[in-house]
Formats: sequence, structure tokens, C-alpha cells
Amino acid sequence: MMNNSKKIALTGGAAAAEALKQINPDVMPVYPITPQTPIVETFAKFVADGEAATEMIEVESEHSAMSAAVGASAAGARTMTASSSQGILLMAEILPIAFGTRLPILMLVSARAISAPINIHGDHQDVMFVRDSGWIQIFSENAQEVYDNTFIALRLAEKVRLPAMVIMDGFQTSHSVENLEILENSVVKNFVGEYQSKNNLLDFENPKSFGPVSLPNSYFEFKRAQIEAMKEAETEYKNICHEYGKISGRNYDYFESYKLDDAEKAIVVAGSTAGTAKMAVDELREQGEKVGLLKIKLFRPFPYDKIAEALKNVKNIAVFDRTVSFGSKPPIYSEVVECLYMIRDTKYIIQPYIYGLGGREIFKEDIKKIFQENWDGKETKYIGLK
Amino acid sequence: METDFLYGIILGMKLDKKIFEIIFHARGGQGAKTAAELLAQAALKEEKFIQAFPDFGPERTGAPMKTFVRVSNEPIKTHEPVVDPDVVVILDETLLGTIDATKNLDENEAMIVNTTSNREMVKQKTGFVGNIYPIDATGLSMEVIGEPRPNTAILGKLLKVSEIVKLENVVDVFREKYTGKIGAEKTEKNILAIEKAYDSL
Repeated sequence: MMNNSKKIALTGGAAAAEALKQINPDVMPVYPITPQTPIVETFAKFVADGEAATEMIEVESEHSAMSAAVGASAAGARTMTASSSQGILLMAEILPIAFGTRLPILMLVSARAISAPINIHGDHQDVMFVRDSGWIQIFSENAQEVYDNTFIALRLAEKVRLPAMVIMDGFQTSHSVENLEILENSVVKNFVGEYQSKNNLLDFENPKSFGPVSLPNSYFEFKRAQIEAMKEAETEYKNICHEYGKISGRNYDYFESYKLDDAEKAIVVAGSTAGTAKMAVDELREQGEKVGLLKIKLFRPFPYDKIAEALKNVKNIAVFDRTVSFGSKPPIYSEVVECLYMIRDTKYIIQPYIYGLGGREIFKEDIKKIFQENWDGKETKYIGLK
Repeated sequence: METDFLYGIILGMKLDKKIFEIIFHARGGQGAKTAAELLAQAALKEEKFIQAFPDFGPERTGAPMKTFVRVSNEPIKTHEPVVDPDVVVILDETLLGTIDATKNLDENEAMIVNTTSNREMVKQKTGFVGNIYPIDATGLSMEVIGEPRPNTAILGKLLKVSEIVKLENVVDVFREKYTGKIGAEKTEKNILAIEKAYDSL
């Protein structure tokens, strides 16, 4: 099973490109300038060297990249792209169209800050900005998870006919060289299979309309059906992770529980900071403190009842968000509050923290200090703010 | 001899620390990132766990920059920048007065400097009382490669000082990665520079 995997070291961006190469998608429309990442650059080289047979379409903007992806996917092509920061915002108009048209486009995202002021360093504001666009969103902690999530997201997207984003932290993951194990090409090929689109624009035997108008007498029903598709994605995600575990030896779940079983205090966090936080948890555990961590992986659809179950015995919870929701509470925090609201007979303290905006560093020592702080959940607190 | 720790044999540094950490200080364009990645890939050959990443500031040729390397026998979870290095490598001596290169560097740890100055002069400039290893990496690269490429030469010195990975693995990785890019002749010259720096201690 795992004998044929290969140990290498790559940046998260290059790990994504490696996974894309093994998938060998049909079409990849891209707009490869700042804030684009090494993903497209690395993949373009594979195509130029004949290692992938993908049709790369260089377009004039991210809006056009996503529009071309919609066209290609509707025509039955396995379609992927990559973007980041303002690029995703420029795509924003087309993202719900990809979703509403039920097109399983895969997008590799190095999550980054958005303007103004101008900043393209790591945080989660770009992906959180489009969290209601109907795309499946999966966060990755490191290069290994970027690589693995790319296959899982592709299978999930095609299974439920929804677009999906694989999210890595801009710079901390996209530009850092780390160890990972890659699968043999034939194993990947077998896992992802051949893409067969259910409704194909170019199927002249069975002509269909794409992008129709839907008036008040039917639009609501479309939306209701789309809600069901997202629900289905939650169930299928688990099945696909299970199947992937069998070929890779790496078993993923909706989220990762880290030393959570007997924890009295726990942090909830997504992305690369989960790794740093695990170190903090390890060191505090060595001192006898009952602390733990829950790492968000599948963010859309959000697995409310599973997370509620995982956190139900932890009375003190701090939620780390790398995003601001202006005039509101941060997004992961709000989801966790919703989870625990479902458990009516227990009172929880849930403390929101915002960290790492615009690439601000967060250190293990910061996280250890946060564990020592008194969490009252009254106001949002900030980590590393000068 | 295999030990729990990576560097029990070298400088007798923080032996409770299971991750060996290096900071390269350089100017954009001097190849610090290349040196860091070579080191990381060589460690990978030895089945070690690694991280190599730049300090994510603006990248401009000539501007001061930092790049980090971690090497461990165990998986590395953290994603914070290196704050407590075991070795600091300074590729450009004009940085000596402007950066805090000695921060968290203990007296039993090491500083490797690309300079024509001697140990005493570096000590005076930096105030660092620990192990200082000056090497004229630019001069050596001019002599051996015919170009100012201090990054490969200084790597040889770093290997000698830290024994963090084996010289032969760095040489192999360099040959694999660069023969196609810069040609066999230049590749071998760079390798010679690494070996000469290694032997210069």
C-alpha cells in the first residue's frame, strides 16, 4: 500500500503543483501575476516540459480566469485554477455562478490579506470573504495536507458537483519547504479516475441549457436544492477521506482533535498556526496542564454537530481567527458558538482571538501565554498586536 | 553514531533542543535561499525532517533579508519564524552593524561570517562572545568559481562547523539540481568552493 510513496521536500505551492501534475487536469485558466503564487509557475513548467497535458489558458484578469473555468467545466473538462488575495476578490462575481451551475472546479488558494492598505502576506481574509459563495473550503496545515487535500477536494467536488477550494496559508505554507510523501502516479490516477461530467454543454445528443434565468416562481427552489448539495458534500467528504486513508496511510477527518479528550482548555484554529499551537499544547501538557486543540479542516460545509460533539466536554474554548468580520464577530468563532449553542444544558466560555493579519507572526510562546490567560469571552482579543 | 539529538557531536549547544535552527542573514540576490534549500534537501537525503523558508518581507535585490532552516530527527510542527538559532550565517558583512544577528545566540553557539576580517575584528563589531567563524567566502568564490557566489562557499563552512548534514549529500544535491541549470563546469566549480570552505577550518 504505502511502499510506493516517495519522500520529498517542497514548498506548499510546489506540493499543490505536484498534485495537479499527477491529476493532469484538462484545462487550467490562469492569470499569473501578483498576487499569484508559485503554484501556477511550477505547474506551467510541468506543462512546458510535457509532464502534464493540460491546456493552460492565460487570460487578462482573475475575473476572466474564473469565467474561462466556468466555460471549460461546463464543456465537460476537468478544470482547475489557482488564486489569492485580490485575485479571489476579482473572481468573486463568478464564484457563485460556478457553484450555482454545479461545476466541480478546483481552486488552489494561498490565503492572503486583502487591501487596503495593500498587503499580500498570509492571513485568511480572502477565503473568508468568499465563504458564502457556495464553494467547498478545506484548510491545510502544511505541505503534506495541501497535497492530500487536493485529491480529496477533487473527488468531493466531482462527486457532489460543487466547486472546491484547497486553502493553504500564504507564505507560511505556500513558500516554505517542508517534508511530504507523495503517492505514485498510478495510485493517484486510480484514486481520481477519469472525469465524467453529468451535464455536458457539448453533448449534442442531449442538449441542455446552462445559465438560465430563474424568476421568483423557481429561484427559491434552486437555492433549496443547492443547500442539499452542500449537505451531501459533508457526508461524502468523510467517505472520500476514508478511501484516501486506505491508499495513503494518512487518515483525515472533518477536523483534527489534538489532545482534546481530557482537555479543560482548548484552542480552535485553522491552517499553519495549528502546527505551532500543537507545540504549545505539547509543552504545557508536559507541565501537567490539560490543554488541547481542535484544528479546522472542512470549513464549508461546516460540520456543526461533529465539532459540537468533539468540544462538548471542554468548558473553556479560545477560537483563533485570522480574519476580521467588521462590525461582527470573527467567522470561525461564530461557527463554534453555533456548535456549542446546540448543547443546551452546558455553559461554555468561548473567547474570540484575532491573530496574524497581513502576515503578522505568531509564536509558540504567544500561544502558551494565551492558554494562561483568563478567557471570559466578553470581547475579542488580539494576539501580536503592537 | 546515531544520537537522539542532531548535533551532540559539535558545539555542545542546547542539548535539550531537538530541532537544529539556522538563520541566514544576507542581501537579496546573494543566494541565501538557495543555500538554505540545498541544506534542507541534503538533510532530506539523510531522512531528516526539515523546513526552509524566507522571512516574508519585500524581496528586493540588495535589501537585507533573512532565511530560516530547521533540521530535526522528528516531524517539525511549528510554523513560527526561527527566534532562537543555533547557528547564524551572515553572507554580507556590511550587515554586521545594522542587524541584530546575535539575538538569542548563546556563547556556545556559532556565528559564521563572510568577511575578510579576522575573528577578533568580527567580535569587536558584533560584541558576540561565542564561536565566531570568519571566512572570505566571496574571495574564495571569485578564486574558484570566478564569480561572487558566497552562498555555496559559506555552506561548506557551515557544514564543517555544524555537521548538520554530510558534505557528500550537499554535493550530491547540488549536482542533481544545478548541472542542468548552470552546466557541469560551473556546477563542479561551485562544489569545489563548498569543499575548499569545508576544509578551511
